[in-house]
Amino acid sequence: MSITVQATNRPRLARLVRLEWDNVRESHVLLAPEGVLVLNRTGATILRLCDGERTVEEIVEELRTKYDRVSGDEVGDFIGKLAARRWVVLGDG
Amino acid sequence: MDRPFGMLAELTYACPLHCPYCSNPLNLADYKDELDTEEWQRVLSEARALGVLQLHLSGGEPLQRRDLVEIVACARELGFYTNLITSALGLSRRRAEELKSAGLDHVQISIQADEQSLSDRIAGTPSYERNIAAARMVKEMDWPLTMNVVIHRHNIDRMGRILDLAERLGADRIELANTQYYGWARRNRAALLPTRAQLDRAEEVVREARERLRDVMEIIYVIPDYYSKYPKPCMGGWGKNQLTVTPNGNVLPCPAAHTLELPRATVRESSLASIWAESPLFNRFRGTDWMPDPCRSCDRREVDFGGCRCQAFQLTGDAARTDPVCHLSPDHEIVAEVVRTANQEENRDEDELVPRVMTVRGSNLPTADISENERSMS
Repeated sequence: MSITVQATNRPRLARLVRLEWDNVRESHVLLAPEGVLVLNRTGATILRLCDGERTVEEIVEELRTKYDRVSGDEVGDFIGKLAARRWVVLGDG
Repeated sequence: MDRPFGMLAELTYACPLHCPYCSNPLNLADYKDELDTEEWQRVLSEARALGVLQLHLSGGEPLQRRDLVEIVACARELGFYTNLITSALGLSRRRAEELKSAGLDHVQISIQADEQSLSDRIAGTPSYERNIAAARMVKEMDWPLTMNVVIHRHNIDRMGRILDLAERLGADRIELANTQYYGWARRNRAALLPTRAQLDRAEEVVREARERLRDVMEIIYVIPDYYSKYPKPCMGGWGKNQLTVTPNGNVLPCPAAHTLELPRATVRESSLASIWAESPLFNRFRGTDWMPDPCRSCDRREVDFGGCRCQAFQLTGDAARTDPVCHLSPDHEIVAEVVRTANQEENRDEDELVPRVMTVRGSNLPTADISENERSMS
């Protein structure tokens, strides 16, 4: 399940989740009440940019300065999936 | 081998409540020699090194441990996500503030129903008012709150009102899980199992509430597995994602696994890592090689992992059989019969709930009539 994300949304991590570095798995992880998401490097970078200030559009722009191929749709889909799980809150545009 | 993500730390089986659906072991006397603070700190440190990230602090009532704040502080220092599962009896403002500063991430408060007389009757002690006050305090302190309600025949028709209460309290999540029939709950199964009509009505209420509260509250609803076509994927696979440590340091693949006839593993004798990787208890049902048919050749063998080993043992006497809940199990008739009986009109409301007796020694200990292995009774 995914929620449609607008370019003007200002996503942020939900209050009940934490983004951490797991030195056992050597990965960033998103910790929530009933689940753990092991993130790849791109996923972790996206979530670090979800600060409630930046818009989705700005997040995609910033990713483009770091990575070669960045699909706006894929970023939106990633954020939308986490929003559907209520781990990310889509702030208003 | 997979690394575990979650650990259920059962800090104590002491509990002020007497819930008839208690799933803790029947022989509480065996668990009196509880791990001390230092032992728990060592277990937490070993668990983190093994890869555990989520720590569920439970019991019994974990607030009965005087060192709970120390345990939480140690867990947060190690990097765990910490979750307290509590009746909230004993959660004073001061204790709550101490837990918050120690870094406790999330609080789950259980209530028994949406109104005082029924809730207190099910809990076997006046607790409702204090539960509600504690839930309000948790929200005032800006803590994420989950309400837990164990669902059964006596409260399932109040699902709408239970959801209204959770909404009024501002819960972030609510878990409405039908009773699982382990431990003391097995004794009360006939009085707890809802009818199909009750389940249908409840499902409709949940569906409507999920739609209406989509942006407000996450609603988790678990039907009784006796009514499922396929068994629950117990613990997401045996020795795959989760482990449990009991108050006296026994390590289990699931909280009910103490009922199985497998050698005990304890943190007092071995490290958590060696128990996870090497103990017969964790290896017996790991993966799919142990499976008999119909599981062995089933497409769902890595979806539900043959269901619950403890339920297979409880109902058939053999923990290696397919969970009888599965409609493909050769033993499914055992479950079908229980469901048929629960749906016969003449059996409605005849069965009294037997409150959990917390006496650990003496005449209140259960006898063979509530044996955890039904086949041994016949």
